[in-house]
Amino acid sequence: MIRKFVYILIFAIFLQGNIVQAGSEGSENLKNSKQNNSANECFEGVSRVIFKFNYALDGAIFEPIAKGYRSLPQSVRIGTGNVVGNLRSLLTLTNNVLQGDFRGAGSTAGRFAINTTVGIFGIFDPATKLGLAKPQKEDFGQTMGVWGVNSGCYFVLPILGPTTARDAVGLIGNTFLDPVYQITHNTEITNGVVGNGNYSEHNYYYYRGTGAIDFRAKNIEPFNSLRNNSIDLYASVKSLYLQDRNKKISDHETSTETLSDDDWEEIDTD
Amino acid sequence: MKKKIFIVIFLIFGLTQNCFAYSSDPKQFITEIVDEAKKILVASNSKEFKEKNLEKIAKKTTDIKGIGKYTLGKYRKNLTDEQLNEYEILFEKYFLKSFSSRLSDYSDPKIDVLSAKALNPKYTIVKSVLLSTKKKPALQIDWRVYTKNPEKPLIRDLIVEGLSLARTQKEEFASVIESNNQDINQLFIKLREFIAK
Repeated sequence: MIRKFVYILIFAIFLQGNIVQAGSEGSENLKNSKQNNSANECFEGVSRVIFKFNYALDGAIFEPIAKGYRSLPQSVRIGTGNVVGNLRSLLTLTNNVLQGDFRGAGSTAGRFAINTTVGIFGIFDPATKLGLAKPQKEDFGQTMGVWGVNSGCYFVLPILGPTTARDAVGLIGNTFLDPVYQITHNTEITNGVVGNGNYSEHNYYYYRGTGAIDFRAKNIEPFNSLRNNSIDLYASVKSLYLQDRNKKISDHETSTETLSDDDWEEIDTD
Repeated sequence: MKKKIFIVIFLIFGLTQNCFAYSSDPKQFITEIVDEAKKILVASNSKEFKEKNLEKIAKKTTDIKGIGKYTLGKYRKNLTDEQLNEYEILFEKYFLKSFSSRLSDYSDPKIDVLSAKALNPKYTIVKSVLLSTKKKPALQIDWRVYTKNPEKPLIRDLIVEGLSLARTQKEEFASVIESNNQDINQLFIKLREFIAK
């Protein structure tokens, strides 16, 4: 596992170096990318096609499922969200440690322990009531960002959606760092007995799928508003994705600290 | 006597007209806008009523011209006076429609205005939170208030959960211009199409 991790890191650094040299359509300089919160496009034409495909898929499959999920009782949805969030916190914990945020790691570990036991496998969230606030979700893409790895170019993946070169590598890294993935892919369970029988890896995809539906159900109106009020939906989604990643990597609670004021300073009106 | 009656009538007329002057304190300014918006966004009001009255608030309280310049970014330096004038007209219509359409989706919002922080003499950030409902989680909303004229603050940006609407708009406009060989007229076409929807 450590060897795989090292290979990913080397690949990430290599990718970043090549991305700097890569040409792209309608892009801004890499030098300005951090200041302007934008990233070069890898293959904008292809990304736009994939974006349209994802949009159609969402309308045909994911949005209807999310609306159906919304019709479930609120208590069921909250409980489901809590369970998924509790499991997700294990990946956050791993990345808290890798980022050197040991205080955050302690809080995340404490929340997991309390919610898994007192909260009955994460269905309830007593940790928040005890003063342990929900942490920001961390992943390996953010960890590499904290380590100083540049985002690289932006592109869109089928089904998975917007990403950057760094975050795409991060997606792969997540599978190795996520304890839930490791347990479900490396544990045999039969009749509740560990050690014999079939692998339980399908449970990982049930967990991830449920998380995706829960997320989509919580964002039906914002997605509709964005779609109805954009003149270039692809560009809007790209901007929001990059702003969101930048904010998460900065870990700033004050939202405006992630935004440069330079552009605003030169605009004076009467 | 006639003069007194006239003054009373004039005062009543003046008070009932929509010439409400907002506070010059940024936090109070936002609080007043939020309170005014809450009355409009009552669930029983029609979408048309909400949009029409939200547009009125936006005209009085936002620096539409400044936002328009910001969202055009570096491309504004290449425009002729005629193009700039056309852009300002189109942008105002686009902005008012987009702004009111986005906000009219909310019904009976409960917003708490929390604090204000002056970044510099020109800008203050006012923090607020849209309280959670059964269907939606709480949302942090920051307001960038332009305070160059201390007597008349104006909104220039909304930052929702760390995501700047003005910045998103700016990058969207840049994408339209860049993907059409730097032709500003293509942006004008897109704006007209949106306004006409």
